[in-house]
Amino acid sequence: MTPELKARFDQITQSHPIVLFMKGNALFPQCGFSARALSLLQPHGEVFTVDVLADPEVRQGIKDYTNWPTIPQIFIRGQFIGGSDILTELAERGELADLVAGKPPA
Amino acid sequence: MLDADFIRSRILEALPGSEVEVRDTTGTGDHFEARVISPDFAGKMMVQQHKLVYAPLQTWLQTGELHALALKTYSPEQWKKLGNR
Repeated sequence: MTPELKARFDQITQSHPIVLFMKGNALFPQCGFSARALSLLQPHGEVFTVDVLADPEVRQGIKDYTNWPTIPQIFIRGQFIGGSDILTELAERGELADLVAGKPPA
Repeated sequence: MLDADFIRSRILEALPGSEVEVRDTTGTGDHFEARVISPDFAGKMMVQQHKLVYAPLQTWLQTGELHALALKTYSPEQWKKLGNR
């Protein structure tokens, strides 16, 4: 990954409390997993979305950046949280609000 | 084709002292789910916990022999907090 792209990811993930790299955008999600991730996050605050379909470099780059193979990818308070399975599990356990509030895991 | 015991053993080697349950979800030996409770998970983000479980299974994930492994991971503290002990 180029230093420019890494700097861009650093900048995006650190400038918004909740960031979702997804297929499509908030109005028109292009995949069920992205749509579900969005709906799980929205109750916890404003979600800044990045459409990976708009830029092949971003689509591959975000996977290299996190060393995680799938999209969507979620960042909260600058920290990589995981994909839609992890997000679903965190929501079911009621731990999402803690993450948004900056509470560390047990 | 893999089996649940094989996957369980690989996870236990990587995370000794953990409690591991593995189930073949489709009966086809390539889709599994696992529940892992490990002291090594304490204080770690869920994504880090999952990476620790995937690590010893990389070989089979990469060849596609292991197509899917749905994970539930807990530190002993998290497991207790969820009312399971």
